[in-house]
Formats: sequence, C-alpha cells, structure tokens
Amino acid sequence: MPKRIGTRTVLLENKPTVIGHAAVVGQTEGEGPLGKEFDRVHQDDTVGKASFEQAESAMQREAIVCALEKAGKTPADADFILSGDLLAQCIGSAFGVRDLGIPFLGLYGACSTMALSLGLASVLVDSGAANLAVAATSSHFASAERQFRQPLEYGGQRPPTAQRTATAAGATVLSDTTPQTSAKPTAHIAAVTFGKIVDLGIKDANNMGAAMAPAAADTIAAFLKDTNTKPTDYDLILTGDLGTVGTTLLFELLEKDYGIDLRAVHSDCGLLIYDREKQDVHAGGSGCGCAASILNGHILNRMEQGELKKVLLTATGALMSLTSSLQGESIPSVAHAVLITAENA
Amino acid sequence: MATGKQEYTKMAEKASPPSPKLKDTVKAFLFGGAICTLGQALYALYTNYGASADGAKTAVSVTLVLLTAVLTGIGVFDKIAKHAGAGTIVPITGFANSVVSPAMEFRAEGHILGTGAKLFTIAGPVIVYGCATASVYGLIVYLFGLY
Repeated sequence: MPKRIGTRTVLLENKPTVIGHAAVVGQTEGEGPLGKEFDRVHQDDTVGKASFEQAESAMQREAIVCALEKAGKTPADADFILSGDLLAQCIGSAFGVRDLGIPFLGLYGACSTMALSLGLASVLVDSGAANLAVAATSSHFASAERQFRQPLEYGGQRPPTAQRTATAAGATVLSDTTPQTSAKPTAHIAAVTFGKIVDLGIKDANNMGAAMAPAAADTIAAFLKDTNTKPTDYDLILTGDLGTVGTTLLFELLEKDYGIDLRAVHSDCGLLIYDREKQDVHAGGSGCGCAASILNGHILNRMEQGELKKVLLTATGALMSLTSSLQGESIPSVAHAVLITAENA
Repeated sequence: MATGKQEYTKMAEKASPPSPKLKDTVKAFLFGGAICTLGQALYALYTNYGASADGAKTAVSVTLVLLTAVLTGIGVFDKIAKHAGAGTIVPITGFANSVVSPAMEFRAEGHILGTGAKLFTIAGPVIVYGCATASVYGLIVYLFGLY
C-alpha cells in the first residue's frame, strides 16, 4: 500500500515494476545525441497524417502499443491508461488512445506530465487498484508551435532563452508483479512526490526554464527532506526540461534557499535530447515528450543495463496558456518527482 | 529565507542570455538593405522596359510579395528570416510572409474557418493600426491644408 511520509511524499511499499517502456520521436530528436536509444524515429514529422495533431496522437499511440508489446502485453491487459499532452482539451492523448479500449485518465500537467502520469499510475498499481497501468505522454513541435506561438513558416526570431518543443512520445507499463524470466535488473517506482504550484513572477513564455526552476527546486527539496536523503544518495537527479537557463537557476535556488548542491548528480532532459551546438534549439528541449522520451528511451535502458540504480525524475510543467500570457499573467509552474530504482532479479 | 519574486526576477535576468543585439542589427541591415537594393534594381528594370514610375513601383511590390510567397511556400523564407530578423520583417516581404504562413498553417481546419479566418491573425493588427494611423494623418492633412 502507498504510505505517506514527511509532508508530501508517497512511499510505494510494493514498488510497482516497469515491465515495458518505449519512446517514439521525430526527425530532429532522432538526429540528436541519443537518437539511437529511441524505439522509433520518424523521418516525416507528419507521420503520414493530415495534421500535426493527428501525427502527435499517432505517435503517442505507437509509444503505448510498442511499450505494451515489449512487456509482452496487449491493450486488453491494461487496467488503466494515464496520459496527457500540451494540446487544448488534451486531444493528443484522447485521440491517441481512443481505439485502445483501456479505461482512460486524461491528465494535464504540461511538460511535467510524464512524472505526473507515472506517479499516479504507480500509486494505482501499488494500492491494488490496478494490476497493470500505462503512463504516457506526447508533444509535437509543430502542433505546439501553432497552438502557442506562430505558424511554422512564419519568419520570426526566437530569443536565446526559448526552448524547442520536442516531437516525441513515451510510454511506461507498470505491473504489480515482476517477471521472473529476466536476468537483467528491473526498474521499480519506489516513491512519488507530487508538486505544488510555484510562481515566482516570471511572465516571459519564451523563458519557461526560468519559470519552472522554482517548482523543481521546491519539489526536489521536499523529496530530499521527506526521505531524509541527500543528492549524493542518488545516481541521477533528472529534471524534465529546464534547459540552460532553468538549470542554472535551479542550482542557485537550491543552494541559496535550502543549502543543497545538486551539481554532481544532476542532468536535464532538455539538455540531453538535442545537441545545442549543432542543432538550432536555443536553450534546449521542452514539451511533455522531452522527459518522456529521455526516460523511456535512455534512462530506463541504462537502469536495465545496471548503469544507474537510483534515479529521481523531476519533470517540470509551466501551466500557462496563450490566453493567460496575453492577459499579462505570470507563469504558475509545477514539478512532480518519481523515484525509480533498479533491482536485480 | 526563501527567494521572493523581486529577487528571483533579478536572478532570472542575470541567468538569461540577452539576444545578440549588435549581430542582429548588422544582419538586419545587410538583409534589409539587400531586399531594398533588389527592389531598386527591379524598379530600374521595369522602367527600362517602359513602365511608368507608379506602375514600376507597384510591379516591384508585387514581385517582392510573389517572391516571398514562393519562398514561404517552399519552406525557405523562415530559414532566411531567422538570420535576417527585422531585415525581412520590415519590408513588404514581412507582410507577405505573415499572410502566407497562416494561410498554409491553418489549411488543416478548412478553407473557411481555417485559412479564411486565420489569414490575418498576424497581419491583422498591422492593417488595423496602419489604417487608423493613416486616417488620423489624413485628418490632420485635411484640417490644416498641408498640401
């Protein structure tokens, strides 16, 4: 049963097992430094569909089905699917899973959605409410651009603090039982800390790393306090998509407000997914699919190969909309943390 | 003590790299200047072939708009504009691109409520405030009989 410790952390006593995971990405992400680690790379960002929204849904569906296949399961075996995306009314997810016939819990956590869906799915599995649950999310550069910014072919300039929304989808399959056949280490979800909304007044939608860094600092500090641990107890503390600016601010905030130095064990999905020197991505990657593809395509692979044992994924989300930005509102942000541990069979 | 909004705003400003203003300005000058030079060359060409001054000016604008529309259509314009910045936005090329790009983008939502409704999402404010400014200026000219 899940057990609450400290102020906000939920310990999962049965540690739900990751039995399958998959990442599907677009061309630019496939050309990035981790391109080989993704299960599928689409050279055509429309995935042969009539619109970018349909393409995003198709990619999310593909990630879910691929993750289930890798787990040796079919959609009929899943008790719940928890997913979300950036598009209005979460159509990326609803349309992606509509023909799978799995009870669907649609979530909105902006770019924090991978940690949100994974955290909730693991609580469901740990509590016995589900035997098998799928956590998924997606984002698409083109569908996000047209919703939040300008048409793709519009000739404008982006500031150096802007980040590129990743065209990517990821899915994780969680089970209450660990397959006995595997000789490799298996990944487990050991604890979850759901974040509260933090807003330190950043209004610039082209600087989301700065907007989200305080939320990441708040959740990481809360997790470490609740579990009475320090950063060096982990192999990796991985933030979702803070990019260069957000990462700098995260280090500063944690050091200043909480006396925590994260530098030795920190990495950021937004900095891992692209080669910032060669690819035109300014401050790094962002979008729900950024953390989702790095987790499901890179981190979980390394955990199953025994290279990483304790990883704290802290995905961050900027919860503004185009309307709130135009109305001059600052950007409320949230970060959810999921502790993933690798255990030998 | 926890970092407050004011203090964090300063931290964020310090951590955020500014746009390279000098580089952007020089590039905008070169690209914008090149477009204007092209316009002047076209003007010379058209008048050389017998166009009147007014006719040649209109033909230059039409040519630049057409060129921009084609470059936007084949996905090249935004790659130039990324470097050119104001150099491509300020001339008529910027206006053409701001109409063609939503026309392409919103085809997915249909010809009426997609392309039709969204055609002027970017250029609309320019037209609205351009017309408003022109009206005010016209009124001043009329009242004071400047010409």
